[in-house]
Amino acid sequence: MDKTVRVKDIIKKNINSNKNRQIEKIMPTLFFLAATISILTTIGIVSTLVVDAYKFFRQVPIKEVFSTKLAPLGSNPSFGILPLINGTVITSIIAMGVAIPIGLTAAIYLSEYASENCRKALKPIMELLAGIPTIVYGFFAYSFVTPLLMTIIPDLGAKNALSPGIVMGIMIIPLVASLSEDAMNSVPNAMREGALALGSTKLEVTIKVVVPAAISGIIASFVLGISRAIGETMIVVIASGSSKNFTFDVTKSIQTMTAYIVEFTSGDAGSGTLGYYSLYAVGLILFVFTLLMNLLARYISRRYREEY
Amino acid sequence: MNFKAEVLEKKIINKPKYPRKSEAIYNTEAGRIQKRIILDKAAKILFLLSTLFALLVLAILIFRIGHQSVGWLSLKFLKGNLSIFPEKAGIYGVIIGSIRLMAVVAPVTIILGVATAIYLEEYASKGKLQAFINTNISNLAGVPSVIFGLLGLTVFGRLLNLGSSILAGGLTMSLLVLPIVVVASQEAIRAVPGFLRDASYAMGASKWATIRTVVLPVALPGILTGSILALSRAIGETAPLVVLGIPTLILKIPTSIMDDFTALPIQIYYWTLDTVLTAEYANLAAATIIVLLVMLFLMNSTAIFIRNKFQKRY
Repeated sequence: MDKTVRVKDIIKKNINSNKNRQIEKIMPTLFFLAATISILTTIGIVSTLVVDAYKFFRQVPIKEVFSTKLAPLGSNPSFGILPLINGTVITSIIAMGVAIPIGLTAAIYLSEYASENCRKALKPIMELLAGIPTIVYGFFAYSFVTPLLMTIIPDLGAKNALSPGIVMGIMIIPLVASLSEDAMNSVPNAMREGALALGSTKLEVTIKVVVPAAISGIIASFVLGISRAIGETMIVVIASGSSKNFTFDVTKSIQTMTAYIVEFTSGDAGSGTLGYYSLYAVGLILFVFTLLMNLLARYISRRYREEY
Repeated sequence: MNFKAEVLEKKIINKPKYPRKSEAIYNTEAGRIQKRIILDKAAKILFLLSTLFALLVLAILIFRIGHQSVGWLSLKFLKGNLSIFPEKAGIYGVIIGSIRLMAVVAPVTIILGVATAIYLEEYASKGKLQAFINTNISNLAGVPSVIFGLLGLTVFGRLLNLGSSILAGGLTMSLLVLPIVVVASQEAIRAVPGFLRDASYAMGASKWATIRTVVLPVALPGILTGSILALSRAIGETAPLVVLGIPTLILKIPTSIMDDFTALPIQIYYWTLDTVLTAEYANLAAATIIVLLVMLFLMNSTAIFIRNKFQKRY
């Protein structure tokens, strides 16, 4: 009896304790404030980019922005963004040319062909590859891949678009592979067994049943890969140089949007100059590009997902 | 499946009632089956090769960089100070810079990330606000790191006048890796079974007491794993720091968070750029990369160890 009374008392005391009540009320507010940090970050990104990009677009005529002449530091500066967009698109195309076929086939192997043990051994290696900092890939591209490619293509520049493109592709392989594998893994086994029972080979099951069933996830992984390629910075900064020419020649040095931002901030563009504002204009375009890609990836994987 | 295919193959070979003309063989039923089987096997090899390609690249990368660092990676290199002369250069200050940077990033991201996750999983009503914050976080995770650099430069560097201090770099980095911690913590909290919460409430515990004494301890391994992975992303991230204007060749060892500093990836970056001037800088960069990779490896192994050792499945 004694004990029961005491527990009751304790509960009563706890309920009435002013301090506990206040903590109960304060904690949700604190957690909510923490959650708003992420929203504030987004607002911060958008507002810093828009405010300074606006200053840029107010001073530079739109016709000049969409020209192919980029010479921000010249005595008569010109701010055409097309060379940068061209550079970004070219390196991204090369990267996806490497990442899509290798990433997808690796995903097929891991999901359809590999034994459980084999998969357990290979997946951590993929994760390891994904965890390597991009600066390391940049060093690798510049000091190994470029000289290697020079033995095949003699007139390749020391800085070029090809080598960072390829290395960027290698960097994206784990992303494409793991997302595509997840998509293929979620295809129910009954569908595979049905096709196998009809006499298909594993390859036919993969191509005609598994891949079509997982296509939304696979395409989404490609789109996310493209978004990664567009936003990738250090590899292109190191291995592709800073030539602002508008060229489709992958053996020449080109500059991407990300590389432009890095070159300009680590250079001596003082705050308030047109060159300084151009950073934010490029940043804004880059942000919109990657945001659209990410939204597209989510839309594809939601809209075209087949539920089983 | 493979067994069946073999039986099928044998049957085909043992029954010579089909024409044996080599050009015509693929037009027969048996020939077509054989072709499909061969194609399947070829594809399997091709798929395996592309998986192994990733492994091969990893091996070449580590071997090549390790090879370049041989003779340069020494105790003297780890303990020495930066210098423009390659043979005198050491990265003690750089390592300290990276560690101090992490000392800012770790508490900020873990506190903010876990608090955000608790709000989203435990307190927020399943509605538009929760969905909005979730979407917002996954969008932030996809924003290129160089953009975070611009944010840091504008807000922390210039607006709050923190310049290129450890604090400015650390806060920028924290915002960059925050989504990783939030998502990992959310998953860990979601995996805490409902009966544990119910039991706690049945004992008369309040909501916060339940979270503090039941949910968080159970979710802790998952939260820690996610946090370490986030830190390992932050320690190798270069672009935001370069945009913030983190200088190189800082000879003074940073002592407070308001000091200027340099970090491992930054040093790798500048040494790589300067190989044009002095070829030996490539070796210094390689040696620094090895130090960075070893740190990453230790962090990731800790994360995997925690995940395997402490994570309970209910």
